[in-house]
Amino acid sequence: MSFVPGQPVTAVVQRIEIQKLRQGENLILGFSIGGGIDQDSGQNPFSEDKTDKGIYVTRITPGGPADVAGLKMGDKIMQVNGWDMTMVTHDQARKRLTKKKEDVVRLLVTRKSLEEAVKHSMNKYPRQ
Amino acid sequence: MDTESTHSGYSYHSSRSGRSNRHGDRSRERHKASSSKDSSRSERSVVINPPDTPSQDSPVHNGEPLPGEPSPGAEQGDDTQDDNWGETTTAVTGTSELSISQEEVVGLGKEIQDRTQGFRRYLPLAVGSCVGLLVVATPLVFLLLPAVMWPDRLQACGSACEGLFLSISFKLLILLVAIWALFLRPGRASLPRMCVYRAFLTTLTLLLTMSYWLFYGVRILDAQDEDYHGIVQFAVSLVDSQLFVHYLAVVLLELRHLQPCYSVCVIRSTDGETRHYNIGQLSIQRAALSILEFYYRDFPLHNPALLSAAKHRAAKHLAGLKVYNVDAFKNKLRAYLLDTPGSTAGAQPGNGNQSRAMVTAAAKRKDSAHNELYYEEADYERRVRKRRARLVVAVEEAFTHVRRMKKEDERATPSDIMDVREAALAIFPSMARSLQKYLRTTRRQHCHSMESIQKHLAFCLVNNMSPKAFLEAYLAPGPTLQYGPERWMADQWTLVSEASVTSGIKEGTEFLLKCLDFSLAITVKGIPYIRLTEEYIDPKSHKFILLLQSETSV
Repeated sequence: MSFVPGQPVTAVVQRIEIQKLRQGENLILGFSIGGGIDQDSGQNPFSEDKTDKGIYVTRITPGGPADVAGLKMGDKIMQVNGWDMTMVTHDQARKRLTKKKEDVVRLLVTRKSLEEAVKHSMNKYPRQ
Repeated sequence: MDTESTHSGYSYHSSRSGRSNRHGDRSRERHKASSSKDSSRSERSVVINPPDTPSQDSPVHNGEPLPGEPSPGAEQGDDTQDDNWGETTTAVTGTSELSISQEEVVGLGKEIQDRTQGFRRYLPLAVGSCVGLLVVATPLVFLLLPAVMWPDRLQACGSACEGLFLSISFKLLILLVAIWALFLRPGRASLPRMCVYRAFLTTLTLLLTMSYWLFYGVRILDAQDEDYHGIVQFAVSLVDSQLFVHYLAVVLLELRHLQPCYSVCVIRSTDGETRHYNIGQLSIQRAALSILEFYYRDFPLHNPALLSAAKHRAAKHLAGLKVYNVDAFKNKLRAYLLDTPGSTAGAQPGNGNQSRAMVTAAAKRKDSAHNELYYEEADYERRVRKRRARLVVAVEEAFTHVRRMKKEDERATPSDIMDVREAALAIFPSMARSLQKYLRTTRRQHCHSMESIQKHLAFCLVNNMSPKAFLEAYLAPGPTLQYGPERWMADQWTLVSEASVTSGIKEGTEFLLKCLDFSLAITVKGIPYIRLTEEYIDPKSHKFILLLQSETSV
């Protein structure tokens, strides 16, 4: 998932729709994010390319809305409700996810296993 | 006599002396005889006798025997009371024509002590100079005697021999200066016992000199040796040995004390002032000497006026309580009425029961002493602060009235120009009253006389000090040495120690330095053995990375 500057980023993504859960006054999604363009990308345990400053899912509360929706730990979030998440600061990402007016977030996430699954299926069915 | 305080030994003693009580006088003389040694220390000493504990056959209430009880002064064999006992028994009073009063006895003892005091003070100096003279004169005598006794048979002194003359003269000069520097100093204190190391060194020196003399006498004088070169070398070897003994003296007497080995804790008995010092390996008396020098430097002046409050509180505690021995009193009453002697073997509880009863009674009593203390102290604080504020303002104002004469003031009228003493006298009255009031509030007015305050003021003016600098001397009690000797209340010290005073101090040594009004309790602790290891850090190994990884839960 390395990107070449100037070229569009291509990735195989999965669409995940998470319903926010109301807990008292807050609407929570049930996962933690890490990363951002203002963070140290070398510390990211989930990225293959250590220069990747994208937003990654670092923790999922079991049984929470994200877990139920199928989000996995280590996923890189590419879009949230149409907003791009590949070149945002950590705080901007947090704000995009925790908008009080939105009850549901639609994420586009990518992970390594998705690419392999696609490659695998492409090999299975060679182009005719 | 309910208001008489039974706790202060001074007042008890004086009240008993007021009464011509035979019982009391007898015991007083007895006590005095045994403690005459202690009382001969200073004329101001007061022998404090503990109140006589009531014995089995003559219980006392408040110092007086109970009425009707035959006092022990009377003959023991009397069964009935002798009505004219006042005429037949002799009373030993304090001052009679034939007996000498206590002050005279003390004075006698002091005279003798004064004569020996002067002797003892200069004894080390005298011994030191004698031994020094002997040591310096011996090699010269060794050299001169052959030249005097058998000059014709003596071999001529060659150049090597004359070189030795030079060396011997310089070494003797150095030895002379060294002996003067180390041993011939005026003693700074008189210690109770002789210093062991000094005695050892004196003995060693004398032994050395004697053995050299012996050798010289036998081998050279008797044999009338002609080899002058050998004799000169012999004398040089003696001077060398003396120099080495002197080196040993420096190490034993001076250097050994410098490296700190023990930490001593000094506590003053009256107000609990505590200080800690590090000292080296010393004998107990030398350690006491160093500690006293530190005491004069560091401890604030002992102020007995500040301690009376605690004594009054303690007296008030138990003043209202009196222990009456009801059972014994019943027996005595029965004996008096029925006239049967010897039936006083009634149940008299021991003194332990009495004191326990008193303690529980005092504890049960609703005691508001702590409340009083709290408010009293708060009030005192406020008063001191108020007075201090007034004093500071007064002094600052006084200092603004005088300044140093500058160039342009030289044309001023001569009556305005004063020297420092007059300037001090001029501004002193404006601050004198508030200073006096402040000192009285903090109970330190006896430490400073008008003279000393004016002198201090003149000193501050000469050295361009600020008013605050002038005031510092009066706001806090300074070290004891700053005041004159008449205010120290601590001139004669007694060392009280269980171990011998010439033995060295060890871990856990405790001793007491007693003075007339208070004492210093001293405990010794060893400085621990310190294990120091090294760790090498390469300066290039200091590397850092920036850690900006935050995780937010959404």
